[in-house]
Amino acid sequence: MICVRNVSKRFGKQVVLSGVSLNIEDGKTTTIVGPSGVGKSVLLKLIMGILAPDQGEIEIFGENITRADSEAERNRIRASLGVLFQSAALFDSLTVYENVAFALNQRFSLPRKEVHERVVSMLSALSLESFAFRYPQEISIGIRKRVGMARALITQPKVVLFDEPNTGLDPLVGQEVYDLIKECRKKWGFTGVVISHELPEVFQVSDRVAMILQGKIIEEGTPAEFAASANPAVQQFLNGRIDGPIKIQ
Amino acid sequence: MPVVDATEALGRTVTNVTEAWGRSWIFLGKTLAGLISPPFRYRLFLDQLYQIGVKSTLVVALIGIFTGAVLAVQGVYTLSKFGASAFTGSAVALSLIRELGPVLTALMVIGRAGSAITAEIGIMKITEQLDALRSMAVDPMRYLMAPRLLAGIIAMPLLTGIFITIGIFGGFIVGVGLLGLSSGTFFSDMVAAVDNVDVYSGFIKSVAFGFIFGWVSCYKGYTCGFGAVGVNRATTESVVTASVAVLVLDYFLTSILTRVFM
Repeated sequence: MICVRNVSKRFGKQVVLSGVSLNIEDGKTTTIVGPSGVGKSVLLKLIMGILAPDQGEIEIFGENITRADSEAERNRIRASLGVLFQSAALFDSLTVYENVAFALNQRFSLPRKEVHERVVSMLSALSLESFAFRYPQEISIGIRKRVGMARALITQPKVVLFDEPNTGLDPLVGQEVYDLIKECRKKWGFTGVVISHELPEVFQVSDRVAMILQGKIIEEGTPAEFAASANPAVQQFLNGRIDGPIKIQ
Repeated sequence: MPVVDATEALGRTVTNVTEAWGRSWIFLGKTLAGLISPPFRYRLFLDQLYQIGVKSTLVVALIGIFTGAVLAVQGVYTLSKFGASAFTGSAVALSLIRELGPVLTALMVIGRAGSAITAEIGIMKITEQLDALRSMAVDPMRYLMAPRLLAGIIAMPLLTGIFITIGIFGGFIVGVGLLGLSSGTFFSDMVAAVDNVDVYSGFIKSVAFGFIFGWVSCYKGYTCGFGAVGVNRATTESVVTASVAVLVLDYFLTSILTRVFM
């Protein structure tokens, strides 16, 4: 389980998160939604330990990443995490094969043969064999996301974080990414954390939904509970209305 | 209140400059820590040595040959006024070894490879590739910055050596081939005039310039702002800052080394 307890973060004078608390249950996918710029990605980076909170604590399977006193300690806790970035964030200078093998080569002292077997198996599981020796700039965004997923899963993480997996994609590729998430969850059974502002499409991969607004979690529940929420901000966001408590900045 | 506003603006500028200065030193400290602690990434270092060193060789050689040629023309013209044109070889060699070799090589490498390093790291930052490295428990300082810094420190003296050698050859072609100097005089005076301390001086400068090149190029990429404008600004700042730093450092190193060795 990932426990986010009373976490606050500000950049200069701008308060981004203010006392956010959230429990992310094992084996389920929790989606964090909210308008652009409310701090969803900041929360993800706090969970990854890339940013440090000004206040509060984050525990990943009982280990406190915010109290880790060295990068090596944070790296040890991060070992249980995999991340699919918004733009897939593949390394331009490496082929698809090398991108997927990267974490294995850098983090573990595995024999070359074992690395090769695991990478080939992962590429095969995600139907990426024919792209193995292409560079990221030579493949479509949908395939890049697939490669990003393979790279995130190759170390067999317990949790996979998805940062706006569908932003900037057309509806068909977007649905392909949702199908990919569902397929991978079924196959590998990880805990998922999805950051998104695509409602209600993202409900199809969500077991729980939490909404951030003005630095706080204002609603949390199953997709059905969330959709039935009486909170006017939730209904405004869900229905894409201009008028309401959420002011467009 | 204009006075209050001006004071506030001044205070903010001083704070920002001090913060940036402090951040750049912390960045350097982390990079050096990545350089001296295992695991050592030999392949990444060799790749950067190729990118910075081998790929800069042609442009450095080209600038070197013409710099030597110009020095020979100017040397013959100026020294002949004092009846000393025979010392042209010494003048070309001393100018290249002590001053022009290290400085011009550094400026060329900063323009060619420094801008590329800043742009590459900057783009990696804005496309979340640096975050991806961290998420996979790979330290960007160790993986990206340390090999580039070390490659800069090693490549710069080697390129300077090539620049000086080819520059002397360029001076020889023009001085002896076109302007009629005696080849024996050209080289014998050179051997007599150039001391080991001149070579040490040029070597120390080139190592220091390689260090500045690696530090500034990596730091500017790492602190790059958002989008294409951010990368554009970071690249420009990288080239300007490193070039100015090289010229300023050159003055201080020349003053110090002259006192130490003379």
